Amino acid sequence: MKRFINDPYDVVEEMLEGYVLAHKDYVELIKEGEAQGRVVVSKSAKKKDKVGVVIGGGSGHEPLFLGYVGKGFVDAAVIGNINTSPSPDPCYAAVKAVDTGKGCIYLYGNYAGDVMNFDMGAEKADEEDGIRVETVLTTDDVISSENIEDRRGIAGMFFMFKTTSAKADMGADLDEVVALAQKCNTNMRTMGVAMSSPTLPSKGGPIFEMEEGDMEIGMGLHGEPGVRRGKIEPADKVVDQIMDPILADLPYVAGDEVYVMVNSLGATPLQDLHICFRRVAQILEEKGIKIYKSIVGTMASSMDMAGMSITLLKLDDELKELMDYPCDAPYFTQV
Amino acid sequence: MSDYILNKDYFIAVIEDLIIMSEEKKEYFIQLDSAIGDGDHGMNLSIGFREVNKNLEAWKSEDINTIFKNVGTALLDKVGGAAGPLYGGFFMKFGLPVKGKDEVTFDEFIEMMESGVAIIEKRGKAVVGDATMVCTLRPAVDALKKAYHDDGLSPKEAMKMAMEVGAQGSDSTVPLIAKKGRAMRLGERAIGHRDPGSASSAAMLEVFYKHMP
Repeated sequence: MKRFINDPYDVVEEMLEGYVLAHKDYVELIKEGEAQGRVVVSKSAKKKDKVGVVIGGGSGHEPLFLGYVGKGFVDAAVIGNINTSPSPDPCYAAVKAVDTGKGCIYLYGNYAGDVMNFDMGAEKADEEDGIRVETVLTTDDVISSENIEDRRGIAGMFFMFKTTSAKADMGADLDEVVALAQKCNTNMRTMGVAMSSPTLPSKGGPIFEMEEGDMEIGMGLHGEPGVRRGKIEPADKVVDQIMDPILADLPYVAGDEVYVMVNSLGATPLQDLHICFRRVAQILEEKGIKIYKSIVGTMASSMDMAGMSITLLKLDDELKELMDYPCDAPYFTQV
Repeated sequence: MSDYILNKDYFIAVIEDLIIMSEEKKEYFIQLDSAIGDGDHGMNLSIGFREVNKNLEAWKSEDINTIFKNVGTALLDKVGGAAGPLYGGFFMKFGLPVKGKDEVTFDEFIEMMESGVAIIEKRGKAVVGDATMVCTLRPAVDALKKAYHDDGLSPKEAMKMAMEVGAQGSDSTVPLIAKKGRAMRLGERAIGHRDPGSASSAAMLEVFYKHMP
């Protein structure tokens, strides 16, 4: 195993301890009560009356979730065990920590465990405190199902968090925030490719075996099998195989304007990401699709997995404004 | 058979053995989950039962229902994922039919099993054939009822039957396409793999059988 950890059972707690120490200007960890030490809350939360934005999911995807808690961005992130949804009480505690009387929105990826736990958290907030909590699931992974509502959520979650948080920060009410989140999800498609398994600390080894030199097109953020496994090909050919299904699915057409994200799953270097981005830009140019802005980096990882994903968000004026809205969090700043 | 009693010692022995089982089978569950999911199932059960282990001594003076409610709450809080609400729910509901009691009849034990499995079905929205823990638990509880009520088997024989039917239920997930949970999105690629939840459920039934007087 090529990981720096202590006891595998302490990975999440020790990461959180380090995170809040490193980024103490931005966040704090709620340790007591129902939060169970698993709620990272923004120091800007509750500073103004607005809809609370709560996100969360399993750990191992950093900077996903906790890295986007900050000013003008997400109010709180609920952190689960590795690759595992957080439990209901911390989901509930996060709502309590950020609600200003305008209700809250839960944003997370569409996974069975997350839905069960966050739903129980929302029920508790309603029953015990009368706080209205709405949920919008991210379902951006094009190859994970034919049915959009069955698709899992992957790197596109970042765009959901960014635009929804901006909308809430601008003072929109909960219904408007929900509608915006749904629009963002509708306009967004992602697909990934992986070349290795992440190392699971509890196992001290890879979750699954992959032959050296193989890649798997469409593999999920937790190593869920994709559509096809084969030999690693040149970057341009790999990008072509990812872009085709993405473009055809929405579909994205000539005249559209998009925000592009090329995301590392953890171990893929920026050098490679930019080689891939170059090809994405060529393809979009050929199709007459305009790139508004781009993000190239590690936005949603799977620990030390080698691979990357490409996300396109089709923009309108509102989504552009929300992407450009200022925010300041440890792993994403917009000025 | 009406004088057949399961006392608190039995249930505590079961919990203590579930703690051991979750450690012993951790790697096995991780392997199963790695094939079709994200490998978390074994680790998470072990995290949950380690929490139970830390507190069990303090719970032992409580009635059966309260002990299992505490077990369920510990799993719900510490496990997360799908297994937390499902197994947490099972144990939180398991003792409800025998609130306040320190020993139960076999009829009551069957009610407890039904109460626990019903919440898993409800929360997981799964039925037999979806390749989940319900494939193990539903046929097992139905077999338990039939063996004891209709076929006149002794409690221990009836539980043995339930355990065997549950194991077959877990076997039945191998050729299935998963219809719920994370493996759902694999479609035909889940074929040939045992559902990890069905395996841990079968292992739990085995523990319930093993300690039965």
